[in-house]
Amino acid sequence: MTDRPNSLRSGPDARGHFGQFGGRYVAETLMPLILDLERHYRAAQQDNEFKAEFDYLLKHYVGRPSPLWFAERLTASLGGAKIYLKREDLNHTGAHKINNCIGQILLAKRMGKTKIIAETGAGQHGVATATVAALFGLPCTIFMGAVDVARQQPNVFRMKLLGAEVVAVESGAKTLKDAMNEALRHWVANVHDTFYIIGTVAGPHPYPELVRDFQSVIGDEARAQILEAEGRLPDMLIAPVGGGSNAIGLFHPFLDDDGVEIVGVEAAGEGLDKKHAASLAGGRPGILHGNKTYLLQDEDGQITEAHSISAGLDYPGIGPEHAWLHEIGRVRYEPVTDAEALASFQKLTKLEGIIPALESAHAIAAAERIAPTMDKDQIIIVNCSGRGDKDIFTVADALGVEL
Amino acid sequence: MTRFASAFSKGPALVTFITAGDGDTAANLDALVAGGADVIELGMPFTDPMADGPAIQAANLRALGKGTTTVDIFGHAAAFRARHPDVPLVLMGYANPMTIRGSDWFAAECAKAGVDGVICVDIPSEEDAELGPSLRAAGVDLIRLATPTTDAARLPDVLNGAGGFLYYVSVAGITGLQQAAQTSIEDAVARLKAATDLPVAVGFGVRTPEQAAAIAKVADGVVVGSAFIDIIAEHGDAAAPHVEAFTRTLADAIHGAKEIAA
Repeated sequence: MTDRPNSLRSGPDARGHFGQFGGRYVAETLMPLILDLERHYRAAQQDNEFKAEFDYLLKHYVGRPSPLWFAERLTASLGGAKIYLKREDLNHTGAHKINNCIGQILLAKRMGKTKIIAETGAGQHGVATATVAALFGLPCTIFMGAVDVARQQPNVFRMKLLGAEVVAVESGAKTLKDAMNEALRHWVANVHDTFYIIGTVAGPHPYPELVRDFQSVIGDEARAQILEAEGRLPDMLIAPVGGGSNAIGLFHPFLDDDGVEIVGVEAAGEGLDKKHAASLAGGRPGILHGNKTYLLQDEDGQITEAHSISAGLDYPGIGPEHAWLHEIGRVRYEPVTDAEALASFQKLTKLEGIIPALESAHAIAAAERIAPTMDKDQIIIVNCSGRGDKDIFTVADALGVEL
Repeated sequence: MTRFASAFSKGPALVTFITAGDGDTAANLDALVAGGADVIELGMPFTDPMADGPAIQAANLRALGKGTTTVDIFGHAAAFRARHPDVPLVLMGYANPMTIRGSDWFAAECAKAGVDGVICVDIPSEEDAELGPSLRAAGVDLIRLATPTTDAARLPDVLNGAGGFLYYVSVAGITGLQQAAQTSIEDAVARLKAATDLPVAVGFGVRTPEQAAAIAKVADGVVVGSAFIDIIAEHGDAAAPHVEAFTRTLADAIHGAKEIAA
């Protein structure tokens, strides 16, 4: 944390609130455990050994630091600002998700918990969690909506290979939010020995804070890398936002740098007037899954289904710190549709030889829109949060190609 | 005397739960009263009921599938109050539907409809400001939950601002599944009663008259929910006679428990 007065990096407050957002809206059964988790996390933050083990695993197991790649051909094609890509797609397991899983499993070990659970949508967080559970030899149960299990078979198989049990959740709409409900139900009945590795900067305090802290390695590295490459800070950061963990990881170390404009990209699905997953553009504040944040919901507060071609963005909420950064205007959030993301997915692949995750393709699409309006000596860092191998079936389907 | 105080003054009370909009709600509410229920909890359906087991989850979806709205629920509550002036009525549910129009709006509607108390599953005492002050200002009791994980250090916070009765969730888990061991319930109720003058009602996993009678020997109230939901799931809009008959077996077991114990 910085010591700057009025720093935007000092949140949340002692009760886990970012402005009106965040908090601890959980059943009483979980409350003592949430408080215990916070105590252990505070102790871990002061513990050099914890930090050393986290850093060691990120370097030697995950493969950090991830490169900052100057996308010269993409830049030339747009004729505006220089575009750098933060290559989280090169991490072990193929995305930023693993950074957080390493941090949380170290916390689980520290708390003496012997079982791991997690929710997953497309399966990326499930795979990352199953991976660290395998590494630490802990039994692991992944909750995944039955609909997602059916459409993400390769990731289901990966998780099983890694030794995880995959529970197909049949309740509700059988997708990510229902998987999270079911993980919470399991947790409430097994709090004595089970650690819940939440996959994004959401859930009850202290999850949004600790996931952000573990993911901030992205922004810390990018800051050092751009200073080395260009001798100055970037003019803009762009990252995709579902729950928002890769985005907050990139943004957080730059929040107090007034000259750095920050853009989060929400999934506009088929369009904001149709099915989408843009909680800020199309939702309003409410309470779900332990925190207060922007949610897609009807006038009675019933949660509505999200839609995005990118399963990782297909969630009806957003992390509470993003909700706050949106309200105070520090970060600008822009929508990108399925069609735009699909076009950028192909464009980046052809121009740079990098197949981005569909999540990351949303950020590329925003960069394509914005870069031409900027000067050639200006700099944008885009978070290439994951690789697109997992998405080739979805993309082929959208393009009408039979595999 | 408030309706709660009156309901709990006559010996152990039967507290029953059904989900609003699931089956014929008005008929089922009347059946609960006719069968001898002392306190009625009316569940507000929510798309994401993360503290509930399969039975109540399904009831929530059935109710929402039929288009049940918050306005409908207050309609049921007001009509119930008109038909049953003396039976305490509690709304139970999740934070988002309760706060989405503002907690003052919700509290005022509760007061207007004659709702005596509110149980909100996912607002612990730490977040009391979200709903508690509005309810108390409107004269509606905020009923708090205590659980096996609520330790002695937390209990005063849980009780601070609590009203109506204290709901002891006897198992660390979700609604409708396993039941806690009788001895652990007895220990917990003794601990809670030493800390508060509020009546203590015990719920989660109570499905049979025998279980209810055993709990009624030590607690001020017994909460039964999922067993009613199962009856409504089976009989649909024609569930009321079955609801009434089952209520009567529970009420007889509970109301007889203290006399046998004494």
